[in-house]
Amino acid sequence: MTKKNDKPNKKLQLAFYWAASCGGCEIAVLDIDEKILDVIALADILFWPVAMDFKYKDVEAMKDNNIDVCFFNGAIRTEEQEHIAKLLRKKSKYMVAFGACAVNGGIPGLANIANKAEVFHTAYLENPSTNNPKKIVPKTSVKVKEGTLTLPEFYDTVKTLDQTVDVDYYLTGCPPTPDQIMTAVGAIVENKLPPKGSVIGPMKSVCDECRFEKSEKKITKIKRVYEVDKIEEKCLLEQGIICLGPATRGGCSARCLDANMPCTGCNGPTPNSLDQGAKMISALASILGLEGEEKMTDEEVQKLIDQVVDPIGTFYKYTLPSSLINRRVIKK
Amino acid sequence: MKTITIDPITRLEGHGKISIFLDNKGDVENAYLQIPELRGFERFAQGRRAEDMPQITSRICGVCPVAHHFAATKALDAAFNVAPTSAAKKLRELMYMGYFIYDHILHFYYLGGPDFVVGPDAPAAKRNVIGVIEKVGVEIGKEVIKHRAYGQKITAILGGKATHPVCGLPGGVSKGLNKDEVKDIEKMVDSCTNFAKFSLKLFDDIVLQNKTYVDLILSDPYKLATYNMGLVDKNNKANFYDGMVRVTDQKGKEVVKFEPQDYTKHVEERVEDWTYIKFPYLKKVGWNGFNDGKDSGIYRVGPLGRVNAAEGMATPIAQKEYEKFYETLGGKSVNSTLAFHWARLIELLYATERAKELIKDSEITSQKIRNPVGKPGEGVGIVEAARGTLIHHYKLDKNGLIDKANLIVATTNNAGAINMSVRDAAKGIIKGGKVNDGLLNMVEMAFRAYDPCFACATHTLPGGMPLEINIYDYKKNLYKKLKQNI
Repeated sequence: MTKKNDKPNKKLQLAFYWAASCGGCEIAVLDIDEKILDVIALADILFWPVAMDFKYKDVEAMKDNNIDVCFFNGAIRTEEQEHIAKLLRKKSKYMVAFGACAVNGGIPGLANIANKAEVFHTAYLENPSTNNPKKIVPKTSVKVKEGTLTLPEFYDTVKTLDQTVDVDYYLTGCPPTPDQIMTAVGAIVENKLPPKGSVIGPMKSVCDECRFEKSEKKITKIKRVYEVDKIEEKCLLEQGIICLGPATRGGCSARCLDANMPCTGCNGPTPNSLDQGAKMISALASILGLEGEEKMTDEEVQKLIDQVVDPIGTFYKYTLPSSLINRRVIKK
Repeated sequence: MKTITIDPITRLEGHGKISIFLDNKGDVENAYLQIPELRGFERFAQGRRAEDMPQITSRICGVCPVAHHFAATKALDAAFNVAPTSAAKKLRELMYMGYFIYDHILHFYYLGGPDFVVGPDAPAAKRNVIGVIEKVGVEIGKEVIKHRAYGQKITAILGGKATHPVCGLPGGVSKGLNKDEVKDIEKMVDSCTNFAKFSLKLFDDIVLQNKTYVDLILSDPYKLATYNMGLVDKNNKANFYDGMVRVTDQKGKEVVKFEPQDYTKHVEERVEDWTYIKFPYLKKVGWNGFNDGKDSGIYRVGPLGRVNAAEGMATPIAQKEYEKFYETLGGKSVNSTLAFHWARLIELLYATERAKELIKDSEITSQKIRNPVGKPGEGVGIVEAARGTLIHHYKLDKNGLIDKANLIVATTNNAGAINMSVRDAAKGIIKGGKVNDGLLNMVEMAFRAYDPCFACATHTLPGGMPLEINIYDYKKNLYKKLKQNI
């Protein structure tokens, strides 16, 4: 018989935390529906504050690795979120980046096209419904007549979780699907985790799961999705609609395609690809243009490329912070 | 002077923080609810393809993505000068009802309702969905899980996925319904109607038959005589997906009714330097500080705001419940914050009844779901999110990219009122410097009634909301600490 460990009947200790995100990852956990009852039977779900005390001093006092698995969703954009990520890393055996924001920055990561000053300007100063003649903007420390109030500092740049702490596993998607979540939970419970650094998800692209047939047709015109009156039963790229399927990891059953809408890339880059946008640009380049592409003038080529009206929002919608060029350079 | 800081630690650590200041007698002088979070959507929307907005803005809130998805889609309809086809409008509204079913069940059973179902004086660790299941039984608990899931499934069938949907396009939707899907949805909707009726009965049995609870609902610390706002149809019945914005006064009388594109004539926002959230108010009444009454432009949105701003519900059984609501709570307007929970269940019933009307509509399987768009311009889209009136406003450039975006989300509309409710709850229980654990419950209940986004999901599984109060003497030395769930 194998030797029993010191706490044989101890339930798994799972923790969840959210940083800069929307709550959709929490809803994704609830969307495992009645299976949540099975998970509760196997594990104690420690939503992080339940286990810890104010101002982090009790967390700091906690034994390292006290939490078995921490599912961390959301990007990092305040000093406080960075601090919590570091603490939870220390207290957890496994740190899982959960969902597009923690893995690649996600939609909030698009804020890397701007900085704090620009965000504040748009929200508080130059705004059609805001009446702010004194040009007030929030401050980190404010004296009101009864005392002092403080707010956490807002960073200029959004970071991913693994740009902040060491991450063991990644669960992609915006949000991850219930199947992906149960696969991960199953792997943890049965102690069948893949090598450190793995994405827990299939090794295929969205195209591999898509219902539309692909041919080798080339296109000369890129169309906006609202310009196409009726979607035909064939690859959207071949209908001129930019679809990130070739550059995006599968595991989502290509549900957006089932709803006749293109993939926008929420599941992040395909396996073995570092930069989702770069891969998509190369996929697009191979389909865009005529057979005699090499005979085209630079101007003609430029015209084709100019049809992509918003490269950042199109190719890096969920991955700007983790991409090779991870923010706009703003001269102060 | 003493300072009490209620620093809710979970997501609220990053998303909400309450400080209460006492005067020399130890009574509450003032309270501040701070929102220490901002993500900058209005800025990074600039330069994006307009058609991406329904999917980009749904990431503002993963609990209510459908609300942002359709506020954005409607703003695009207006900006591209195109109306959705008749079938597309019905499909959108049907999906919207699926979203309301899911979201209102989520709030009542997982987030806010446990305060009543398990009891406001129950240990905080029990005031959650597990506590609810213990109280009402596992069988009913499974019904709760099932019907919340039905709401999500209806949304996913129509929207591609529930979190985050993809179907909204200017001029229509990307996907129609087939007959099998109609059958599936109808079955789920019927089941949800029964579940909504059951939930109202549960509320009646547990809350309304209990005088202590009714007294609590009607008590002064939980009263706020603000204006109310919500979308109404042409008969002034509450509508979630479409219509005009109606504002009523403290007695239920109409103050103004306006089209979405005119929102800047009626709504203005104030910036304070101590919080990242802005405070909207009625422009014509003006900002008059954190006060209620007719001289203060602060208004409320959400279930209570909506029933107060409307003259009834557009479906028969919900209308009966609406009448009972006002008979029981003393006529228009109901100003009791905790009545939000009851109004929410009436709306749940309405959503299921309306979903049934839509799924039985002969046009619901029509594949005429897209209209061609016009030239890009400017547009405003307003829907009722589960938590209240939600405004999206975009200005497009000639290439159909976003030039400017302005968003007023539901919880922002309630920001002034939530601040006051927190202050009043604190005033109601802290007297002469005496603070007890009841403060935690009272304050927590005051703002949870609004189902505010910054608090949502703090209450899911398994715990109640963690709160801590630190009390400092005038030398800023800590002399008392209260906490729950930490």
